[in-house]
Amino acid sequence: MFAYLVKRLISGALVLTLVSIAVFLLFWYGPSSPAQTICDRETSNRCGDRIEIYERTLGFDNPVHEEYLKWAKGVFVGRDIQIASTTYECEAPCLGVSYLTKQPVYEELVARLPATVSVAVGGAFLYLLFGIPIGVAAARRRGTVADKALVSSFLFLSSIPYYLFALLTWLYLTVLWEAPYVSDTGYFPITDNPAKWFAGMFLAWVALGIFGCTQYTRYTRGAMVEALSEDYIRTAKAKGLPPRAVVYRHGLRAALVPVVTIFGIDFGTLLAGTIFTERIFDIDGIGYWSLQAVQQKDLPVVAATVLFSAVLLIVSNLIVDVIYSVLDPRVRLS
Amino acid sequence: MTQDPNVRSQVEPTEVGANAAETGERDLEAEPHDAYSDHEVQVPGALEGHVASRLDPDAPAVLEVEDLKMYFPVKSSGLVRRTIGHVQAVDGVSFQVPKGGSLGLVGESGCGKSTTGRLITRLYTPTAGSMMFEGQDLAKLSNRAMKPLRRDVQMIFQDPYTSLNPRHTVGAIVGAPLAVHNVVPKNKILPRVQELLEVVGLNPEHYNRYPNEFSGGQRQRIGIARALTLNPKLLVADEPVSALDVSIQAQVINLLQDLQREFDIAFLFIAHDLAVVRHFCPEVAVMYLGKIVEIADRETLYAAPYHPYTQALLSAVPDVKQAAIGGRRERIRLEGDVPSPINPPSGCRFRTRCPLAQEICAKVEPPLLQVGPRHKVACHFAGELGQHPATPVTAGLLGVDDQGSPSASGPAATEVSTGPGYAKEWFDVKARQMTSQAGTA
Amino acid sequence: MTTTPSETHAGQAERPQSDGPILEVEDLSVTFPTQDGPVTAVKNLSYTVEMGQTLGIVGESGSGKSVSSLAVLGLHDAKSSKITGSIRVAGTEVVGLSESRMRRLRGNTVSMIFQDALAALHPFYKIGGQLEEAYLVHHRTASKRDARRKAIEMLDRVGIPQPDRRVDDFPHQFSGGMRQRAMIAMGLVNDPSLLIADEPTTALDVTVQAQILDLLQDLQREFNSAVIIITHDLGVIAETADDVLVMYAGRAVEYGTVKQILTRPEMPYTWGLLSSIPDVAASTDARLIPIPGNPPSLLSPPSGCSFHPRCTHTDKVPGGLCSSQLPELTPASGVDHVKRCHLANPELIYRTEVLPEIAPDLVEEIR
Repeated sequence: MFAYLVKRLISGALVLTLVSIAVFLLFWYGPSSPAQTICDRETSNRCGDRIEIYERTLGFDNPVHEEYLKWAKGVFVGRDIQIASTTYECEAPCLGVSYLTKQPVYEELVARLPATVSVAVGGAFLYLLFGIPIGVAAARRRGTVADKALVSSFLFLSSIPYYLFALLTWLYLTVLWEAPYVSDTGYFPITDNPAKWFAGMFLAWVALGIFGCTQYTRYTRGAMVEALSEDYIRTAKAKGLPPRAVVYRHGLRAALVPVVTIFGIDFGTLLAGTIFTERIFDIDGIGYWSLQAVQQKDLPVVAATVLFSAVLLIVSNLIVDVIYSVLDPRVRLS
Repeated sequence: MTQDPNVRSQVEPTEVGANAAETGERDLEAEPHDAYSDHEVQVPGALEGHVASRLDPDAPAVLEVEDLKMYFPVKSSGLVRRTIGHVQAVDGVSFQVPKGGSLGLVGESGCGKSTTGRLITRLYTPTAGSMMFEGQDLAKLSNRAMKPLRRDVQMIFQDPYTSLNPRHTVGAIVGAPLAVHNVVPKNKILPRVQELLEVVGLNPEHYNRYPNEFSGGQRQRIGIARALTLNPKLLVADEPVSALDVSIQAQVINLLQDLQREFDIAFLFIAHDLAVVRHFCPEVAVMYLGKIVEIADRETLYAAPYHPYTQALLSAVPDVKQAAIGGRRERIRLEGDVPSPINPPSGCRFRTRCPLAQEICAKVEPPLLQVGPRHKVACHFAGELGQHPATPVTAGLLGVDDQGSPSASGPAATEVSTGPGYAKEWFDVKARQMTSQAGTA
Repeated sequence: MTTTPSETHAGQAERPQSDGPILEVEDLSVTFPTQDGPVTAVKNLSYTVEMGQTLGIVGESGSGKSVSSLAVLGLHDAKSSKITGSIRVAGTEVVGLSESRMRRLRGNTVSMIFQDALAALHPFYKIGGQLEEAYLVHHRTASKRDARRKAIEMLDRVGIPQPDRRVDDFPHQFSGGMRQRAMIAMGLVNDPSLLIADEPTTALDVTVQAQILDLLQDLQREFNSAVIIITHDLGVIAETADDVLVMYAGRAVEYGTVKQILTRPEMPYTWGLLSSIPDVAASTDARLIPIPGNPPSLLSPPSGCSFHPRCTHTDKVPGGLCSSQLPELTPASGVDHVKRCHLANPELIYRTEVLPEIAPDLVEEIR
């Protein structure tokens, strides 16, 4: 188990290195010149010859691999970044400074993390809370009118593009119906005012929760239908167990494995930023931030968010595998 | 084609269906068969009763396997995955398959019989040993050099539900080998496919149907037709009937017998069902934990086996005739399970479950010794049931004493042959000396 | 039922009150509605099993042999199946019994073991846990520790070495034979009066099969329970059963003592079963005569006798009776033996036509 974890972490680090190189090369050879962007911004579009200063201080006159190593070193020990005549201190782990705010990207990332975590945890909690029991109930009533109605209506809901769904939720609840108390969406730190935090998050959770619920109902239902047709369910019934024990202790226990697998990856993706949710409900999280960065050509931020999602994906994959081995004793990690 | 007086002359004609002529005595063709099969052409001959196949002792070998080994590496689970052992799935197996004849390979799960079949069709590359087929060693050929030979060595699989691609039509499945090997022009493929479907007793008009439209027995016929497409000389049949319903099994076995006679195909017939193997194969090898423990012609193996494992295996088969007597048959009870092939027992691999085992069995591995004109056995205490000798018969040959320690006199002068075929001289376990056909006859 | 060998749980199980048969099935029919129309998987089936006796049920896939046994346990969903007739377990009528009362019977008075123990045991729970669960559900007052002791005792009883350690293993850590033993231990944990074994040895090797059959017989003797063995292997039937029920297309086609059915069968389907399997000890002159065709579709069963399209003896019955009229179960020539066939002299046909082909060495013996 320990050897397995070490092995997975090493391979994860390798993947991250490759991703960081790819991101860096994009940065370097990409269609938009960072120096030009930043120069234009700081000189109010009168950059002209001053571009050279920017290019030199940003290191564009050096070979790309030297600059990459400099960047990589900064991740571990920190470095000073000079843009034109100003030097910015960037402590480890240094992912660069934002061209827009001149703040270290890492600090901005950490500052925005609570908002995204709030959205993701609340939304995921809601969709699991409703999705799994509804899925189980549908699987137990497989083939009945209730089951068919549920499956087709959920299929309809989940075939709406999510951005449209979230937008409609926002439009109806805040603009048209002016739902009291929760219409003022946004992130307010939970430590300052839990009630305000809750109210601000509520609509985002509802949108994410309902949409995720339709999917998780279908996943759970499918896994449950399969599990309930297994031989060991027949054995459990033949033992004289009550239906509750048969369905939950024997059926759901087995059906949870594939659902957990999907959820692990889903949740990792959620943490990497729920762009639409954050944008629509005006929550200043990582998704919103990365969207802005792309619009403003704030390349250090774009690179950092890409790296951050890669980290989350690797970690969530690893956690899923570990949970898998805990849930299913037949799986041995090696 | 094997000429055997027991095979009635009517089976000579080249059409399988032609032996319908002999069904007169059972009035089978008087039956309207169309009532029960809407898409199966009945080959009347396939309904006819078939007696067991006969042995032709003079047939040349089409396949000669010698000292075949297949070791699968076992990796450690640590950070660096080292090979920490081997699963000795097949460990030094030698046998011959006669031209147009069949050799049965029986044994319990995990004994290596299926692995042997896959080695011969080169689905695996053997670790060591040779497999001589038509003057070429299949074990040493590269995959490219193997390709033309794959036409001659085909395989029938156990599960007719998973071994056919559900998205391909029957015509595509059966015709695929023709297309792959470029043996006939494109426009000749369909007629050949239809001919093959007819041969295996399916309606040739159904070439454009999908496997799921057929029953289990019919799918197995499709699998057989696919194997026949390139006129193979050797068919490896891995449990070809064990997934089928009882009443269907006999149909498929009879079909295979007909095909064998008509096309002179040699079979390596792998099965766990001792009765089916007995019916199909005049010669049978019993495997245990990667080794052949006994190989003999059917009559000897089933009536007077020398190896305690063969004896136990045979006594374990439930017998319908027991109904007349009532209760259970006397049987040799084997305790426990087959040991792991990663760490097989020293000496004789069967000794951990053997009722006869003594000290020598743990020390010295018994060689597969020829003990009759067509009978080899690997046991220190080989003998008929109830007549096993008290001292090891092999001790003198191997140059060890009765406990298996090296003896002063050294090994006997007689060579112990371990090759695939049979020698003219063999070791008589009762007299404990070499003897020959002339001596016993 | 005379004595209960294990006294710890004697009071709990519903033991039969009288000396009547433990199981009486009368005129049982099981129908499943499907999209293509109703499928009657079991039709007008009747049989009885006495305490201490073994009934063998033989048939191919789709013959209704498993469906009828699942009905005994009430395991068919009431919404998706229609069951008529009567099933009495120890005198209690099971058809129409409430689900909660049915549950008290299941795994307690009647228990069932299944073919593929790897699939039939839950892969995520320890063997011991699954045995304990089976014990506790019918022994509400027993403690977890009692249940564990019982589980170890049962594993020991079915011959699993080091039961106190293996009790904490998962099913996949057992070998095939050991898993089937554990399955049997679970079936017997509540000392049932009736044990239904659905193809208990089909997936096992012959030497392991012999071990399991020996074990089942020893346990039956010890617990004096009744056993139903469902199988397609006539050899298993011959060596374990007292009575045999041959099923075809949902109906009983021949029923009687094992000696009668297997030595003097009077129904062509039974002949077909006997002639289509090679025998490990028979003469090599014996012929392998398959039953032609395929088992019938239950959606549109053949008219008259369900077996007539595959039967090679219909020409001996005058007036096309085989295809027009369903034969009744009528007494055969031997005692305790009924068959469903129009043939007038089946014992003569068997002796003169069938037996010489399938077992030439037995022709003399049978006379």
